[in-house]
Amino acid sequence: MYEVDARGLSCPEPVMMTAAALKEHGNEDIKVLVSEPHCYKNVEKFAQSQGRKAEVHAVGSEFEVIITK
Amino acid sequence: MDLAKNKTTLLISGAILGLIAVILAATGNPGNMAFCIACFIRDSAGAVKLHTTATVQYFRPEIAGMLLGAFLIAVATKEYRSTAGSAPMVRFILGFIMMVGALVFLGCPLRMIIRMAAGDLNAYVGLVGFVAGIATGIVALKRGFSLGRSHETTSAAGAVLPIAWTFLFVLSLAVPALFALSESGPGSMHAPMILSLAGGLLFGIVAQRIRMCTIGGIRDLILTRNTDLFAILAGFFVIMLVGNIALDKFTVGFSGQPIAHAQHIWNFLGLYAVGFAGVLAGGCPLRQIILAGQGSSDAAVTFIGMFVGAAFCHNFGLASAAASAEAAGGPSTAGKVALIIAIAVTFVIGFMPKKK
Repeated sequence: MYEVDARGLSCPEPVMMTAAALKEHGNEDIKVLVSEPHCYKNVEKFAQSQGRKAEVHAVGSEFEVIITK
Repeated sequence: MDLAKNKTTLLISGAILGLIAVILAATGNPGNMAFCIACFIRDSAGAVKLHTTATVQYFRPEIAGMLLGAFLIAVATKEYRSTAGSAPMVRFILGFIMMVGALVFLGCPLRMIIRMAAGDLNAYVGLVGFVAGIATGIVALKRGFSLGRSHETTSAAGAVLPIAWTFLFVLSLAVPALFALSESGPGSMHAPMILSLAGGLLFGIVAQRIRMCTIGGIRDLILTRNTDLFAILAGFFVIMLVGNIALDKFTVGFSGQPIAHAQHIWNFLGLYAVGFAGVLAGGCPLRQIILAGQGSSDAAVTFIGMFVGAAFCHNFGLASAAASAEAAGGPSTAGKVALIIAIAVTFVIGFMPKKK
């Protein structure tokens, strides 16, 4: 699984990093780490808009979004 | 209830916020200003005598309400996170620059929408500049611009601005003699305190839930074709438009608009600076207040940058004059020079070569 660490970054960087990961590692599942609730929602929505499935898990005070086909 | 559930709820939420602005304008806030973040911050800076322009001094309850509303709803929904450490001084400068741009245009992006909805064509010129600024910021982001990561910090740190600001607000009510209050001009025009406070609180709560951002709305449209945040702005615009028509305050034209000027190039460049600097800072002036309310010390520093910037704008004569029957208004020479320097600095921040 390809991992993107977007923790602590401002909007729209987490979404841009997710977009880049989908472009370059589109054949793999992708795990995106983010800190803020609005960031995971943005990443989740973006992944879904690209026809992917996205699952969100809380990890401590942060979040991971697992993006699968 | 999840206000951010879909486009319809976002549109309705935007309309609710528009309604707050309509009500505050109808009950005393200045014409076409209604709910302007830049104007409110500038008036508050005047109230604590950071500047002494007698016509724009009033400790606006809306700002206290928004900070507190965002703080309380973030705590209630467990979205409060105390974070800090992402290039604070760069954010301060970006906040400062946003204020220089906004006060040359005479309004933040929210007031741009309010002015657009009142038929002020100068605001449409500003919109073109705003979009161009956002597009420039996106180019910088695509080239790898980043302010770096923020980190979680002691829980109380994120509450400093909301609490300190609330204290100042209470002080302004308890010992008003400590504060300056305009007797004429925009600072003297305001809705009843309790309405302004309630409006600000509700605005802060709703804006936090729906992540409202005037820059994000356009940025996401360009960057990912996502229309969620844009829907909020559309709802806000439509209700303001309906309100202005109903209250007979809709007049199409460049001249005769309340607190505005028709210097096109400077209206364009003013909001160009706000759009560009705001993309780099991760949100518009309104969004910075909400982020500061939910625990971001970085956004709080951006807010302080706007607050100090507003004081500088008036102390150094950078803010534009509104057009009147006697004068065309617009920025002073100092204001023009400052804005050009501000834009140049934003380019340096956004396009500085990165360390490999």
